[in-house]
Amino acid sequence: MMDKPLNNRAWFLVLPVLVVVAFSAVIPLMTVVNYSVQDTFGNNQFFWNGLGWFQEVLESDRIHAALGRQLLFSAIILAIEIPLGIFIALNMPKRGFWASLVLVLMALPLLIPWNVVGTIWQVFGRVDIGLLGHTLAAMGVDYNYVNDPVDAWATIIVMDVWHWTSLVALLCYAGLQSIPDAYYQAARIDQASRWSVFRFIELPKMAGVLLIAVLLRFMDSFMIYTEPFVVTGGGPGNATTFLSIDLVKMAIGQFDLGPAAAFSLIYFLVILLISWVFYTVMTAQRDMP
Amino acid sequence: MTSARGSLGSAVVMTLYLLFLLVPIYWLVNMSLKTNAEITGTFSLYPLSPTLENYRTILTDPSWYMGYVNSLIYVVMNTALSLAVALPAAYAFSRYRFLGDKHLFFWLLTNRMAPPAVFALPFFQLYSAVGLFDTHIAVALAHCLFNVPLAVWILEGFMSGVPREIDETAYIDGYSFPRFFTRIFMPLIASGIGVAAFFCFMFSWVELLLSRTLTSVNAKPIAATMTRTVSASGLDWGVLAAAGVLTILPGALVIWFVRNYIAKGFALGRV
Repeated sequence: MMDKPLNNRAWFLVLPVLVVVAFSAVIPLMTVVNYSVQDTFGNNQFFWNGLGWFQEVLESDRIHAALGRQLLFSAIILAIEIPLGIFIALNMPKRGFWASLVLVLMALPLLIPWNVVGTIWQVFGRVDIGLLGHTLAAMGVDYNYVNDPVDAWATIIVMDVWHWTSLVALLCYAGLQSIPDAYYQAARIDQASRWSVFRFIELPKMAGVLLIAVLLRFMDSFMIYTEPFVVTGGGPGNATTFLSIDLVKMAIGQFDLGPAAAFSLIYFLVILLISWVFYTVMTAQRDMP
Repeated sequence: MTSARGSLGSAVVMTLYLLFLLVPIYWLVNMSLKTNAEITGTFSLYPLSPTLENYRTILTDPSWYMGYVNSLIYVVMNTALSLAVALPAAYAFSRYRFLGDKHLFFWLLTNRMAPPAVFALPFFQLYSAVGLFDTHIAVALAHCLFNVPLAVWILEGFMSGVPREIDETAYIDGYSFPRFFTRIFMPLIASGIGVAAFFCFMFSWVELLLSRTLTSVNAKPIAATMTRTVSASGLDWGVLAAAGVLTILPGALVIWFVRNYIAKGFALGRV
C-alpha cells in the first residue's frame, strides 16, 4: 500500500473520468446551488433570495414528516434485512450445481427494473387479481394497501425485503466463502456448539462485508423512490411519501425550483455525511493488517 | 455441523426463501399468459387457456418494442463509456500516488451515493440546453453519474490484485504504456472488467427516474413506456405483465453467463 510511487502524471489517466463526471455531476450541482439562493416571478427573471429557501425547508413540517418516515423506513429495513440476510447466507449450499443455481435465482430480483418491482407487488397485493391480496382476503384479513396506511407500509417493507435481502445474503455468503475449512475442523475437534461457531468464527469473518451491506442498504433505502412510487404513489395521503418522492413532487410536479434546490442540497449533505463515515470506516478496515 | 439434520434444515430454509422470491415473479408470468377477461373474471393459480396474445401485442407494436431497443442502446452505450473512462483512472489509483488522490477517490464515491432525485431537474435543464434532450447519449451520460464511480471502484480492486512487477517487467522489455495496457494488463483483469461491465449494465437497466426525466419519444425506455400505458389504459393487465416479464429476461440471461464472476465481485465487497 505504502510503496506506491509518487507520480503526478497519473492525473492524465484520471482526466477522462473528471471530464465525464464534471459534465454529469458538477455542472448540474452548480445549477442546484444557483436556484437554491434565488427566487423568480417567472419570465426567467431571478433575484437574490439569500438563505430564505434553506430556512423555509428546515422549518417545513411537511419535510420534517417526510424525514421522520424516511428514518423509520430505513431502520425497519435494516432490522429485517440484515439478520435475515445473514441467516440465508448461512444456509446457502457451499458449492456445486445447486450453489450456482441458488446464486442465480437469488440475484434475479436485483436485476428487475425498479418500476417493474413496483408493478409486480402492486399486482401481487391487489385483492381482486393478486395472489397475496386474494389469499389474505380469503383468510379473513382486512387488507387493502390503497386505503390503509399500515397495509401500505407492510406491502412496501415486504417488497423491499423481497428485492434487496439477496444482496445482503450474497455479500455475507462471499465473506463466509473466505473461511478456510481448517477453522471448522478445529471447531469440531473442540466440540464447539453451532452458536459458538457462528459467534467466534463466522461473524468476525463476515464483519467487513456486513458493514458494507449495512451501509449500502442504509444509503439505498434512504434514497428509495421508484418502487413505493409505483405501488402507492406516496399515499394513502402522505403515509408513504419518502424524501425522494417529496423532492420529485416539489421539483418536477410543482416546479418550486428554489425550495426544491435547497431541499436537494440538504438531502445531499446528509448523504455525504453518511458516505464519509462509510468511506472512513471502510478504508480503516482495508489498511488493517 | 454438516450433520444430516443440519443440511435438511438448510434445504428447508432455502426452499422457503426461494419460494418467497419466485412466487411474485411466477404470478407475473402467470398473468402475462392470460387474457384480460380471465385475469379480472376468474381467479386461478395457472392460466386456464394459455395465450401468447399479450406477447404478440408487444413484439408487433413499435411503440412497445422500441422501448426495449432504446433501453438496450443507452445501457450498452453507458457500459462502454463507463469502462472506457474508468479503466485508465482505476489504473492510476491502483498504481500511483498523486496530488489529491485520496480526496478525488472519495469525491468520485460520493457521486455513487448521490440521490438521483437531486439530479433529475438540473439534468433535464442541462441536457435541454445543449440540445441532447430525448437522445440515447443523454441517458447514457446521466447514468455515468453512478456507474463511472462504481466501475472505478470495482476495477481498482481487481487491478490492485495484480503484482506491480508485471508492469515493471513489461516496461523493461520495451512495451509502451498503451501497448502494455491493452495487450498484457487488460487480459489479466478480464474477470474484473466482466464484473464491472455487469454492474454497469445492471444499474443502468434498472434505473427509471433519470431515464424517464431525460426522454420523451425517441429514446423512451421500456420502463417509462410501461408506466405511461398503465395510467392511459388502466386495465390492460395482461400486456403490462408480459412487458414486465420481458424486462426480467435480459438480466436473467446476463447473470447466468457471469454467475461465477459475481461471487468474486461480491467478495471484494464493492457493489
